[in-house]
This record gives sequence, C-alpha cells and structure tokens, in this order.
Amino acid sequence: MWGRGPAGRLVPVILCEQLTKRYGTHAAVQDVDLRCEPGTVTGFLGPNGAGKSTTMRMICGLTIPTSGHATVDGVPYAELPDPGRTVGVLLDASAQHAGRTGREVLTLSAMVLGLPRTRVEEVLATVGLDATAARRRTGDYSLGMRQRLGLAHALLGDPRILILDEPANGLDPEGIRWMRRLLRDFADGGGTVLLSSHLLHEVEAVADHLAVVSGGRIVAQGTVDELLSRGGVVVRSPEPTALRRALAAAGLPSTPTAEGGQLVDGTAEAVGRAAADAGVPLVELRVAERAGLEDLFLSLTSSPDPAASASTAQEVAA
Amino acid sequence: MSTATVTAPAGRTTPRTSGPSLGLLVRVELRKATDTRAGRWLLGITAGIALLVAVLGGLLGSDADRTLGDIFALQMLPLSVFLPVVGILTATGEWSQRTALTTFALVPRRGRVVAAKVLAALLLGLAALVVAFGLSCLGAVLASSSGAPDAWDASGAVVGQGFLALEVGVLWAMAFGLVLANPAAAIVAYFALPIAFSVVGELVPGLDDAWQWLDPNQALERMPTETLAAGDWGKFAVSCVLWIAIPLAVGVVRTLRREVK
Repeated sequence: MWGRGPAGRLVPVILCEQLTKRYGTHAAVQDVDLRCEPGTVTGFLGPNGAGKSTTMRMICGLTIPTSGHATVDGVPYAELPDPGRTVGVLLDASAQHAGRTGREVLTLSAMVLGLPRTRVEEVLATVGLDATAARRRTGDYSLGMRQRLGLAHALLGDPRILILDEPANGLDPEGIRWMRRLLRDFADGGGTVLLSSHLLHEVEAVADHLAVVSGGRIVAQGTVDELLSRGGVVVRSPEPTALRRALAAAGLPSTPTAEGGQLVDGTAEAVGRAAADAGVPLVELRVAERAGLEDLFLSLTSSPDPAASASTAQEVAA
Repeated sequence: MSTATVTAPAGRTTPRTSGPSLGLLVRVELRKATDTRAGRWLLGITAGIALLVAVLGGLLGSDADRTLGDIFALQMLPLSVFLPVVGILTATGEWSQRTALTTFALVPRRGRVVAAKVLAALLLGLAALVVAFGLSCLGAVLASSSGAPDAWDASGAVVGQGFLALEVGVLWAMAFGLVLANPAAAIVAYFALPIAFSVVGELVPGLDDAWQWLDPNQALERMPTETLAAGDWGKFAVSCVLWIAIPLAVGVVRTLRREVK
C-alpha cells in the first residue's frame, strides 16, 4: 500500500528538512522541519507573514530554498512524474486570469492533465459552483467563489495530496464547515492534507497535526491532543508575582495568559502543591484545553522576537 | 454541495507515467492566447485591420503599386505591430496575471512551458501569414478588377522574407517579455529601444557601418519589400544575436529561476 515503508511504518508524504529561505538578510523561513503523513490533515498555523506561504511555495518547487530541502512522495516536487495528478495545489485563490471564466480556467488545466472535460463539470459540482458561476469571468468572482474555484482546481487531477494556502479565507461559516468536511473525508480516504491558516479555529476542528509557525520558524508542533495536553494547566492567583515565583521554585515552566493567569506545563496537582507549599492563594486551577491552545497559539506567535518564541516553545514542548 | 464528497486515493483516473507532451502544451498555449476577451479583441482587431489594408491596398494608389507583393508588404505593417504584442502577452501573462502559480505547479519543468509559448506564438505568426496572404489575394482581385495591370505581381522570395521578418519580430518581443516579465515594460522596451538605437545610428556620424551589423531593423524594414543582398544576411544574423538570441537566453534562464509568487 502506498505511503507505507517496508516495516509498515508511515512514510511522510510531505517532508521538509531544515528548509530555509532568506531574502537578503531577512530570513522569511528558517530551519523548518515538517512531516505530513497519509491519512492526516496537518494545520500550518501562524499569523500573516510568518512564512507559511513561502514554505508551501518551496514545497511546490515555485520558490528555490536558500538551504534545506523539501520532498513530496520522497522526491523534490519538480521531479514528480506528473505532479498535477499527485498533488492538488491551491496557493492563492486570487491568482487567476481575470478575463477567463471559471470553467475555462479548469478546462485549461484539464487539458494539461489529460483529463476528460466531464471531470471539469464534476469538480465544479463538488465545490458548488453552478452553471451561471462557471460561465462568469473570475474577475467578477467574490473571494469565496475564487476559493471554491481554487479548491476545484486542486481536486481536478484526483490527487492524493492537497496543499492549500489559506483555503478558508473568504468562505462563509457554512463554506468553512463544508470545506472541513471535504478535507476530513479526503484524509479519511487515505489522502494527505497540508493547509495553512492564520486562524486557529479554522484548522483545530479538522487538523490531526498542528505546526505553529512564527517569524519563519516552527515554534510548536504535534497532534492537536499533544498540544492540548502540553497546553498544561491554567492557574490564576490574586498574587501573580508570588505565584510565578512559586512555580519557578518548583521547576514548572509557565507563560502568562491573556486573562492574567499563568499557563503552566505541568499537572494540576503539581501546580496546586507548589502553590500550597508557597502559601499562594489560587482563584483558578484547571486543565487548559481549548482556551489553552488559543493562549498557546497567541503566546507563541505574538512575540516580536522569534528567538524568544522558539525558546518558549521548547519549554512548552519539553 | 453539502453532500459532495471526494474520493482521495482511489485513482478513478489512471495516473500517467509522465507529464504533458510538448504538443499538448502548445495547444494549451494557443488556447490561452485566444480564450480571454483581451486576446480575442487583439486578434480580431488585427484581422479587421488586415482586411481593411487588403481592400484599400487593392483599390487605392497608383496602378503600379496595386500588386499582390505590395499589398502583402502593406499587410506586414499592422501585423508587425500586433503579433509581437500577442507574443509579449503570451510570454508575460503568467506573471502579470499570477497564473504562474498554477501553471508551474502543474508543469514544474518550466522550460517546456516556455518552449510551448514560443512555438504557439510562432504558429500564430504562421496563421497570420496565411490569413494575410489570403487577404492580399483578395486585394489583388480588387486591383485586377479595377484596372491594375500587374495585380498578381509578387516575388516568392520577398513574401518569404516578410514572413521571416514577422516571426523574428515575434521572437524578439517574446525575448523582451521573458526578460522583463511585465507586459507594459516589455511592450515599451520592444517598440522604443530599437527605434532609439536606430536614431542614434543615424544621428551620430560614422556609426553607419557598425549599425549595419548591430541594428536588426536595417534588414527587417526592407525584408517585406525587397530582396536582401547576400551580404545583408550575415549582418542581419549578427544583429539578431545581439538583440534577440542573447535576450532570449537571458529571459529563459530568468524564467526558469524566477520565484513564483
């Protein structure tokens, strides 16, 4: 079966190793390690300008890395025998010729891929673009329609890998739910999905694996469950300074949360004991769960100094 | 929509063992040149002007000038403006419209896409020649029926030269397009730079001899109307290396390496 190595171990379908892109002295992407495995959805998460798009373009051979390398199915993207039949790519839904109709955009690519025209109608139906929309020029499309056309384009060659940059951007809530379902089904059928977003809630519901990127570096990655459990516990005290001191004394790494508490990498018991030993009163002590993931995301990505974020991530992930 | 699902790896369509053939890519590029309103307008206006030139060339002017050869030479004037523009749009469109993101994701071997674009533009040139010759014959019929004595006079060699000049112009424009990757800049550069260069050659004394070797327009301007002398071809070839072959090589290399955003 494809995607499995000799020992039955899952082989990464998309693999980035030490991927780096510099523009002059500015490192847009630095030492990115990423692996996406069959049957999974990987969420590539980070604020705008974090280097997500540059990383995806490097995976697709459109941007040449300064150092490091990326492979798809074990080879550089450009060496895939027929990439359009293997990988569905949507890097920018607005990057379409404004003068072509939606159907014409798909027809041109169907020609390149050697697919029958009926396939164009199939993917148009899949993404919910009706005959009227297909006849219109893409210059008149809303962003949501462009995203649907872009998804149709990515699905055209019946690929088993999808690489999608901000596919939910511009979709309405119903469209986002529909896309999640589509990606989930795709992965459950054995496909591999890498999608980026700057909004946690867009990906956390569908992604099995998250890679949080900030300032060009991956600052945390793991399964959603791992990141949640690594999210640790949230603790709040009316005496925050004493609490921080107590946590530090007990060897529990912590980061401040948006609500004025501390996000601690440790169990609730360890935190409770540390507070009790130091005589620090607590008003809240709970497993972080979802709010913790949000806090983790914000704390990881809002730091102006990526190096500081990276060290925080290592603490959190330690 | 909500019930739509995708089958991921089932492989309803049999994967090919290789990417698209060059012939297929040429067909795709020909379609791209004609499937937008802008492209259709450009080609439509070109055809309309060619028809106008054929009719006017057949009916107006002195009897001696109303010949098939002269009408064909007249046809080359608008074509040598419009077809290079088509070539420039073909060469730069992927970058100006940002479709390079999808084109080169589907066909990462960019050299094949560039080759297909050049072949497609040259094929459009060939098609334009056929149309232009047909319309010139129409012009000759009009000239003949309105009393021009030598209406069907034409030199096959000169018609061939006219075609060659047209295709060289297309190639030249595409070379600039590939270097600059911007349609406006490439159109300005293609039309302005050679004129400026020719003007310098005419204004500065003593450059005449050198310019015969350096300025392709010295030959290109005469090719649709008179047979070039044997010695002219060498000079023409040298000037084409300077203005066309070198930019084309630079443009191809730049296109292969250019970051697609």
